[in-house]
Amino acid sequence: MAQVFKPSSNTYSRLVLSGVLLGVGGLGLVGYLLNTSPYNTGAYMARSQPVPFSHKHHNGELGIDCRYCHTSVEESAFAGVPPTQTCMNCHSQIWTEAPILEPVRASFRTGQALEWTRVHDLPDFVYFNHSIHIAKGIGCASCHGNVAGMNLTWSVAPLTMGWCLDCHRDPAANVRPREKVFDTTWVADNQKELGAKLVSEYHVQPRQDCSTCHR
Amino acid sequence: MDSAPVQSRQRPYKPPVLGRGQTFDTVTDQISSVVDRTQQPRAWWIGFGIGFVLLNLLLVCVSCLFAWGTGIWGVNNPVGWAFAIINFVWWIGIGHAGTLISAILLLLRQDWRTSINRFAEAMTLFAVACAGIFPIIHTGRPWVAYWLLPYPGTMMVWPNFRSPLVWDVFAVSTYATVSALFWFVGLIPDLATLRDRAENPIAARIYGTFALGWRGSVRHWHRYETAYLLLAGLSTPLVISVHSIVSFDFAVGVIPGWHATIFPPYFVAGAIYAGFAMVLTIAIPLRRMYDIKDYITGQHLDYMARVMLATGLMVCYGYLTEAFFALYSANLFEQYMIQNRMFGPYTSIYWLLILCNGISIQALWFERVRRSPVFLFIICMFVNVGMWLERFVIVVTSLHRDFMPSSWFMYYPTIWDIGTFVGTLGLFITLLFLFIRFLPMISMFEMRTLVPAAEVKEEH
Repeated sequence: MAQVFKPSSNTYSRLVLSGVLLGVGGLGLVGYLLNTSPYNTGAYMARSQPVPFSHKHHNGELGIDCRYCHTSVEESAFAGVPPTQTCMNCHSQIWTEAPILEPVRASFRTGQALEWTRVHDLPDFVYFNHSIHIAKGIGCASCHGNVAGMNLTWSVAPLTMGWCLDCHRDPAANVRPREKVFDTTWVADNQKELGAKLVSEYHVQPRQDCSTCHR
Repeated sequence: MDSAPVQSRQRPYKPPVLGRGQTFDTVTDQISSVVDRTQQPRAWWIGFGIGFVLLNLLLVCVSCLFAWGTGIWGVNNPVGWAFAIINFVWWIGIGHAGTLISAILLLLRQDWRTSINRFAEAMTLFAVACAGIFPIIHTGRPWVAYWLLPYPGTMMVWPNFRSPLVWDVFAVSTYATVSALFWFVGLIPDLATLRDRAENPIAARIYGTFALGWRGSVRHWHRYETAYLLLAGLSTPLVISVHSIVSFDFAVGVIPGWHATIFPPYFVAGAIYAGFAMVLTIAIPLRRMYDIKDYITGQHLDYMARVMLATGLMVCYGYLTEAFFALYSANLFEQYMIQNRMFGPYTSIYWLLILCNGISIQALWFERVRRSPVFLFIICMFVNVGMWLERFVIVVTSLHRDFMPSSWFMYYPTIWDIGTFVGTLGLFITLLFLFIRFLPMISMFEMRTLVPAAEVKEEH
């Protein structure tokens, strides 16, 4: 009786079998890598803004405190985006003719707010609160990176739930002295020991139940 | 060894489990002719047709569920679990007979398992497939059902490993994998036979692909036997473990009527009981349809009925224990639960369950009943229904009146509940008839070992 298959079928069947196994595993890996990469999370990509505002210039070089513009960061969930009037506090006096600032002046004249593009946009089912993080000694830089060095603004964190939980599971890696919270260039020499000490001193007890963030 | 008396070597008498006059050729011809023939008997078309219609009902019900959500079911507070979990437990329990037959009876060298193990294992797989549907659609968001698995994702949140529902995921997926492997490995020599007999070249190639190049050499057989035994060893604990874990879904909860230590053995016995009833429900019409009474003899029916009787009595012991513990616990809620079960709003279902599972099987004490296909089939139908009712009683009567009377509520199924359940029967029947059409429903190569010419005489 004639054989149904040629000897080469052995090789083909092995190739197909290993291809299926590797293919499924590989697809999972590629999916995971794509999902966590900036391609999906949007990290490290500067957004275009109506005015190319430079945190590096205002905060890093001129030394304006974060809270001068983000006024509600210590008291409320939302850090606050400054109204045009805040910009005009200075820019009614300096750079009054600069063409780059024309949208700011137009906004001031018409009362139409500037429409900034959100850089850190959490999903609507996540209730993040800035004030508690500030109060417990989490520096701006822990989530936003060294903003004092950014000419345009981008995010450095993936803002995934896993990333949130990393810190909620091990806050000592990020807690810093309260007086250093707004210094985005500050780095601890011995974060491990300092973090552990501050966690007990500030009573840092991050919760991990669903309703902490998803109400 | 040689000094041992000859008497001790003699095996006890075993009744024959193969009809007279069968040879290697007749066994192979008769079993594979079911697959080889181009025209199936009318009964096949009727059975497949019914199954296929009901399968479409399942598709309709599941599509509507996905579109409109679980609100179309009758579930609500406090009965948040009803048909979905009842059907899940019922189906997964049915599968257990297949595993018991294929693994434990193999290790115990019960050669009567040979003619029923193939389709019993197929039944296991199809039952697990039906069972698997329910927890997934019951989540309400089946498109994220993969969240049940622990995998590294962007959320980095893991399933709650202390929850029996997660143990269920592992138990059932292990069970499905091992059962499928066991079934497939057992099919390989027969697939090779079908490959060699196939006249259609495409069929030959398909069967040949799955036969994995089987040539029947001594080396093949040696490896095959080792692999089969290993898989039997792997499957054996699953007979006990899977349904024990399913019972933990209830026993770990603190609801009166669920929180009982008797649950794991009680569930396992019930699973084997229900499974053997389903094996017989399939075997009895099959042996008539294809005239295979030489392979599935009256002796087989007798043995399976005995297993049913034994496990059925264990299940009845479970019912008695539940009632006794309620009495003995001096716990108001437990006592109310059993009283509510027996005489509450669902009283008719409880007593129907006792009739189906406890009283109907007493007929099996008589050998004439055990060997009568008609009687046995009727009793099996009682048991199939009874085991479903048992899960209904456990799930619904425990939930609908718990600790707080203000939250008491009645559960009534909607047409979608019933349609989905009947639909999975359709899926089961469809798969079963396709299996009969395309694969040998009885293991040919194992049946050949039962032919008188294959008997190995021991030398003294």
